[in-house]
Amino acid sequence: MVSFEEVAETVVELFRKAETELPEDVIQALKNAYEQEDNEVARNTIGAILRNIEAARGLKVPMCQDTGLPIIFAEIGRDFSLDFNLRDAIIEGVRRATKEVPLRPNAVHPLTRENPGTNIGPHVPLITVDVVEGDTLKLTVMPKGAGSENVSALKMLLPSQVGNVERFIIEVVKNAGGKPCPPIIVGVGIGTTFDGAAKLAKKALLRNVTSMDEFERGLLEKINSLGIGPGGLGGKTTALAVLVETGYCHTASLPVAVNIQCWANRRASAVLR
Amino acid sequence: MAEHWLKTPIGKNEILNLKVGDVVYITGTMITARDEAHVRMLEYFDEGRELPFRIEDVVIYHCGPIIVEDGGKYRTISAGPTTSARMNPLTPRVLEKVDRMVIVGKGGMNEDVVNALKGKGVYLAYTGGAGALAAQTVKTVRDVYWKDLGMPEAAWVFEVENFGPCIVGIDSRGNSLYKEVEKKVEENFRKILSQP
Repeated sequence: MVSFEEVAETVVELFRKAETELPEDVIQALKNAYEQEDNEVARNTIGAILRNIEAARGLKVPMCQDTGLPIIFAEIGRDFSLDFNLRDAIIEGVRRATKEVPLRPNAVHPLTRENPGTNIGPHVPLITVDVVEGDTLKLTVMPKGAGSENVSALKMLLPSQVGNVERFIIEVVKNAGGKPCPPIIVGVGIGTTFDGAAKLAKKALLRNVTSMDEFERGLLEKINSLGIGPGGLGGKTTALAVLVETGYCHTASLPVAVNIQCWANRRASAVLR
Repeated sequence: MAEHWLKTPIGKNEILNLKVGDVVYITGTMITARDEAHVRMLEYFDEGRELPFRIEDVVIYHCGPIIVEDGGKYRTISAGPTTSARMNPLTPRVLEKVDRMVIVGKGGMNEDVVNALKGKGVYLAYTGGAGALAAQTVKTVRDVYWKDLGMPEAAWVFEVENFGPCIVGIDSRGNSLYKEVEKKVEENFRKILSQP
């Protein structure tokens, strides 16, 4: 049986991996973008990003000083047995990761802005637990930086405004400009509820960036024709991918959430049994 | 585009000489300051107190680094730029109090800052998220002010060597690369919307 200690240590190792090594699909997308850019400033910016990724991996240090707010997705198999509080074990992992990786202590009280220095507080780390088939526990960490989170947006469109969904998504990216560290990855959640759409948008960001369908590719093309470019300094590459998740919604509503992710699309998973 | 290798304190003529698109490398002293440090600077000004550091002689870096304490010494782990736009409402008031200023950040700043920089300062863009790369150029952490604000918000004093490449995003003559890009992006946005 998996122990409290095993879960806590897995969380530490997942944060270490996510913060210091970018997933291969994202690196490849950045390399492709580097080849396609002919604007000198844009090329230099992507070049610096690629050198930074190498430096972080080589030195085993976080690729970005904003190590994000700790977010954890847990998928627990219905035949997986647990004799401790999973939430407590994940929290312990975040506490240790903050010291050991190290993570920047980003979590503060929203009003007093007081910083406990541990990345632990009410509702933080943000933990989502889904019960799935099987007998394993899958843990995924997704540290989310504020530069990109701050330019994300959600809108409750009217059911008659289906034709405005694309416009809203592209408008959010346009308004974000260079602030979220482009080239970005655009996570979109369409449907369910106010909170559900936001969760779908965030979960979309966990997908492989090459797994786009026709609708997503079409959106990516439009977003890249905006010309925001790497760092917001102009160029062809505003986004590396657009990933959309949809869910059914109430007949009277049409929620659309756009969660912007910087080029540092950090994520790491492990399966425990 | 021209390349400049600058050493702090950076002279006023050197600052006025920089043009948008130029590449800049910095050697010398940089002080990190983000939202909370800016608010505190303004409190000092309002109370008529002297800041504990001279803004004119250093480079203000929009950055919340990861620092570890090793045997009483500070070491920088990762130190890339933070989103400068958050300092848009605060920076013009700081600029009123100084004769010259060099700011490094990412993502650009607004028209108010472009106007406030006229004749006295520049805004340099460093690659967003390049924290590991930036930390390599930090040779020592000489000091820290306002540590009570917490690690990301405190004012850390870095001695850097060849920090860069930075791109001049806003120069002292009212030019802004971001403004130019934004204009084109607005035009492209309208074109995209008019497509069937």
